[in-house]
Amino acid sequence: MKKMHIVILVLIAISITVLISYTGDLTTYETVASAKKKEGKFVNLIAKLDKSQPMDYDPVKNPNYLSFTAIDTLGNAVKVVYHNTKPTDMEKSERLVLKGRMDGDHFECKDILMKCPSKYKDDMQAASKELEQASTTK
Amino acid sequence: MQYLGEHLLPGQIGQFFAVLSLVASIVATIAYFIANKKQLGPDRQNWIRIARGAFFLESVSVMGLFVVLYYIISNHLFEYKYAWQHSDRSLQIEYLLSCFWEGQEGSFMLWSFWHCVLGWILIWKSKQWEAGVMTVVSFAQFTIATMIIGIYFFGVKVGSSPFVLLRNEMEAPIFSMPDYLSKIKDGNGLNALLQNYWMVIHPPVLFLGFASTIVPFAYAMAGLYNKDHGWIKPALPWASFTGAILGTGIMMGAAWAYESLSFGGYWAWDPVENASLVPWLTLIAGLHTNLIYKSTGYSLRSTYFFYIITFILILYSTFLTRSGVLGDTSVHAFTDLGMNTQLLLFVLVFLFPAIGLFAARYKSIPAIVKEENTYSREFWMFIGALVFFLAGVVIIAKTSTPVFNKVFGTQIAPPEDPEFAHNQIQVWVAIVVGLLTAVTQYFKYKDTPKDQFGKKIWLPTLIAVAISLAISLFGGVRYDKQGPGFLFAIHLAIFAAVYAVVANASYVWLGLKGKVKAAGASVAHVGFGLVLVGILISSSKKTVLSWNTTGLAVFKKDKREDPAENITLFKGVETDMGKYMVTYQRDTLNPRDRKQYFEIDFKAKDSSESFKLYPDLIKNNQGEGFSANPDARHYWHKDIFVYISYLTRNEGTDTTTYRNRAVHKGDTVFYSNGMLVLNDVKVNPAEERGKKYSADENALFLDMTIYSKTGKQYKATPGLAIKGTQVRDLPDTVVAESMALRFNKVLDQEKGELEIGIKESSAITDLITLKVYKFPMINILWLGILVMVVGFVMSILQRVRKSVKAV
Repeated sequence: MKKMHIVILVLIAISITVLISYTGDLTTYETVASAKKKEGKFVNLIAKLDKSQPMDYDPVKNPNYLSFTAIDTLGNAVKVVYHNTKPTDMEKSERLVLKGRMDGDHFECKDILMKCPSKYKDDMQAASKELEQASTTK
Repeated sequence: MQYLGEHLLPGQIGQFFAVLSLVASIVATIAYFIANKKQLGPDRQNWIRIARGAFFLESVSVMGLFVVLYYIISNHLFEYKYAWQHSDRSLQIEYLLSCFWEGQEGSFMLWSFWHCVLGWILIWKSKQWEAGVMTVVSFAQFTIATMIIGIYFFGVKVGSSPFVLLRNEMEAPIFSMPDYLSKIKDGNGLNALLQNYWMVIHPPVLFLGFASTIVPFAYAMAGLYNKDHGWIKPALPWASFTGAILGTGIMMGAAWAYESLSFGGYWAWDPVENASLVPWLTLIAGLHTNLIYKSTGYSLRSTYFFYIITFILILYSTFLTRSGVLGDTSVHAFTDLGMNTQLLLFVLVFLFPAIGLFAARYKSIPAIVKEENTYSREFWMFIGALVFFLAGVVIIAKTSTPVFNKVFGTQIAPPEDPEFAHNQIQVWVAIVVGLLTAVTQYFKYKDTPKDQFGKKIWLPTLIAVAISLAISLFGGVRYDKQGPGFLFAIHLAIFAAVYAVVANASYVWLGLKGKVKAAGASVAHVGFGLVLVGILISSSKKTVLSWNTTGLAVFKKDKREDPAENITLFKGVETDMGKYMVTYQRDTLNPRDRKQYFEIDFKAKDSSESFKLYPDLIKNNQGEGFSANPDARHYWHKDIFVYISYLTRNEGTDTTTYRNRAVHKGDTVFYSNGMLVLNDVKVNPAEERGKKYSADENALFLDMTIYSKTGKQYKATPGLAIKGTQVRDLPDTVVAESMALRFNKVLDQEKGELEIGIKESSAITDLITLKVYKFPMINILWLGILVMVVGFVMSILQRVRKSVKAV
């Protein structure tokens, strides 16, 4: 066997090992109920903002503390604590991907990914509304 | 119905050009394909003439498309959906072009445009390769033309036309009115994030990079088809060109991210970034195997493979970023236009023939059986190329998890710390590649006398060890968040990167005897090494300056980050931030670019410097949110990088009420963030007369001290002014604690009992929260890119000069 073949095989073996070990780092998307079962484990919680519950954010007291209630499609709710500034437009998002882990009574969130209504759809809705208004004001 | 005020002609012309470009490109493809089969002679010349004519028509149509769309956007013809959706009247001239690439259609047009430009250079330069190479280019033009045609074939919509009318795309009662257009006052506007000067220049350069990957690919395909491997020489400068342009394009995107995205850096391993980085890695791998083949005859098969896979990866990245499959994992993919099947076909229509042809010809591609010498340049170069390729495979595999989820219906999500998941692997790639970049040039092709190698390499090695030791010992690289193993790897990588810089710089003298004209490769490698050094130092020494100093230690620290990285600034109040005292002075709205600029004053506590920074906010075109644009102060050795993470405006609607408390002199009253002490009651204090109360009034002031939990003290003197039966309220505010204090009344004069009102409200003043980073040595990164590009250009010139001489 050539030296180069050995080198190639070793490098490919390393790459495969790296990819397999990466699967160990991968996380999962969860609902509130399934996230609660995995307390302490890092998960991606898919939910939305429960607008009927108060949101606690006062940058004067502490710009790095936000707490709100998230509710998933099955109707389960959980208190979320996020130690960072409140993302703009959070109230308007239609879906939240909350990255973090359950910690006792609340979900300790590291990162929030907001899914705003898809731009295309949103544009169309906003536009229809605007256009409707335009047609009534003569 | 007859609609009023519409301009339908431009759209019709545009659609005509779209169809013409589709037809012309397919004619060019067929004509070039036939010409390629013919032997040299008049017959071949005739077919080539036809093909060139078709390609000329194609180029004219693509230019025509551009002109028409530009006309529509710049004249604000909102009857066209593209103009309405991507622009508005207030947009600055320089961003009109950015509207092109906000949408998928415009960016496909850009890609197509570059193919035309490259096509004419190929027609001019590629001689006997023209027919074969241009078959591939013309076919690619055809596939891109289908993307913007927007016509139904047998009930299936193909492509998405930028010339569709708003009224045909949407349903609204307004369209039942003939004069609907006069009601549409303005367009939807350009995404705020794209309103940045980098966004004017980054997409054209990046797409030139994308487009130019087709040239090595087309040469390879023509070579395979014609069983002629002589393309390897003319392809070499093209590969260098692609490497330079694609690299520049990617890093311009990084510069854009650094300057206008507030994720606090230039690189986030976002899928969109990865998808363009990986083809660059495979292209560079191909460039190196190409050089090996040219000098030694080894690695021809791998050169074919790398050039093919590079182009396929470009197509795959197009699929990833445009199909909407990235959804949850990327912040800046295009929106889904419902063309997923077509985009997938776009990949497959090149993948299958290319892989099929490669497999069929594999055996016939010449390869040398004899083993490479370990003391040869080609041996180490090939390993380097392989490492680059495998690093790319790892990155793209990680990036493809959303595709994996789609195909297998799984629910796999990215790891907790996706950036570190990449960094912990790629730091080792940096070490290996850095070392290989350093030493490989000192080997000669085929065989190197051992003593000669040792004689030349010891000096640069010694210098690199000295410099990197100095950085490691005194540079303060103490990135221990990820444990000592990773920190060790960083130090090792710093050595490798410094070694790459020093060894390649010295090679210009030690190896080339100062022949600068021939030093293109060395210069590019020096640049690459500098890029590595810049990345390693700036990321491992990136520090947060805006630690929240309120003393509220309720945050949970975490292995990965401490989120208490935002500091609150009240308008006009000086706040302590580590080495600096910072003040949010004022904000102004610039009517031209519609950005709100915040003037933040920085004063070093040791009074060594004071400066102002102007981060800004731009209102999003949809919704009420803001996008933050950072500002940075540049030093030669670091950047102070600032952006606004939150804003509260005092809109005057203060609903909080006063809480009333009875107090005596000397009493202590608590509030949410500390306590206040009533020191004294002052009757008609002389220092306030004429300021807060007039001479004919009697005044009572409360001398109070506020002790905040942060350990700070403030003075407040709320008061009352009495004139006859009229009582005037003189409240006082403590802005930093956002508290208002009022002296309500005297409850019991005998006992000295008074009533005060305390109000805590965020509506007292404007405030912002700020995030401040320090990026040391980021300039090495930008310098490195510049040097690398210069190196590429030098080697292109050198190759072109050589080939001119050979003729």
